[in-house]
Amino acid sequence: MNSATNAKVITLTIDDRSVGAREDQTILQIARENNIHIPTLCFLEGLTPAGACRLCLVEIVGTNRVLPACTTYATEGMVVRTTSPALEAHRRTIIELLFAEGNHVCAVCVSNGNCELQDLATELGVSHITLPYLNPVRPVDASHPRFTLDHNRCVLCARCVRVCDEVEGAHTWDIMGRGVEARIIADLNQPWGEAASCTSCGKCVQVCPTGALVEKGKAVAEMRKRHALPKLITRQQEHGS
Amino acid sequence: MSKIRFATVWLDGCSGCHMSFLDMDLILLDLAPKIDLVYSPLVDFKTFPDQVDVTLVEGAVSSTEDEEKIRHIRRHTKILIALGDCAVTSNVPGMRNIFSPDTIMQHVYGDTPPVQVIPPLLPKSVPVHHVIPIDVFIPGCPPSADTIVKALLAVLDGQPNPVPPRFG
Repeated sequence: MNSATNAKVITLTIDDRSVGAREDQTILQIARENNIHIPTLCFLEGLTPAGACRLCLVEIVGTNRVLPACTTYATEGMVVRTTSPALEAHRRTIIELLFAEGNHVCAVCVSNGNCELQDLATELGVSHITLPYLNPVRPVDASHPRFTLDHNRCVLCARCVRVCDEVEGAHTWDIMGRGVEARIIADLNQPWGEAASCTSCGKCVQVCPTGALVEKGKAVAEMRKRHALPKLITRQQEHGS
Repeated sequence: MSKIRFATVWLDGCSGCHMSFLDMDLILLDLAPKIDLVYSPLVDFKTFPDQVDVTLVEGAVSSTEDEEKIRHIRRHTKILIALGDCAVTSNVPGMRNIFSPDTIMQHVYGDTPPVQVIPPLLPKSVPVHHVIPIDVFIPGCPPSADTIVKALLAVLDGQPNPVPPRFG
């Protein structure tokens, strides 16, 4: 992350291209520096990588399993493949699982047209969901005066958790429960509007990739977000201004 | 060259996809010499014919009537195209899936829901391909006329759908 380190310079191969990097860089960082596209969902520049969504899985020669590019550091001589029929199938399945597990109805969503999940489905060629839909019963928390949390559209990327903790310093959000039961909670599982730690800064809303965290008063397709917010803030902090 | 026997059907949807189909405007004139419209809500044939080359289906499968219809249509169609988000994802009709059919009927009709006129609801409103196999998917709510034109012209030429999928 920090450019002022004494990290060793290494050489590795990504998609048959020889690239130079520092050994404190992740495969995703290096790929992006070299204009090699790897699909991501939970990753957001300016926040600690979580490896939550697994969309950035890559193949590394000599390793018998696929690894997330956002949390795997490069090593000297590493040979990485960012795309293959198997990886593409994994990524499409991940998108399908996200759609099947929640209640994502793009047509009536405030984030329609400005949604990273919707964009990824298009990018990865997901034209339909082969898996059965779970149709879970999930609540909507509209207790906050300015924002709404719609659990139906949450993909558990934990961007909100990270931006609240790492950038705002409030740590209002957490994830409670496991598997399909997992969901975002404010403070100790209180209605958002009653969470004492929340500063109402709205950073969580701006970084949310879907229509799970939104501003009140928006109609279908009206919610546009500023995903660059954490990057801008952390860069400013690094430069000490 | 013989004309392509072409049909469109309307299951549980708002007819917006059919509106978008008509929105092709002048392109419909280019399409007309290539196809024979043998069944559609836009024309007055009462029964689905035996042999159809291409059928566009709008809407989710929500009732026993929808299910019987689409199974019949699948048996008599070579290429079946799911048109729009309701057919592809169950979309808005699928939003009732968190409730039981009984709860919905009672909510809408009160204590004595009609038993004869309304076809019984399936437990869940589902995408068409969850009931029968679909050959081509055109998501969108509705898909734009341009999207439908490009997909349809490709399919009529025996080519794969060139339009990237887009929900919503």
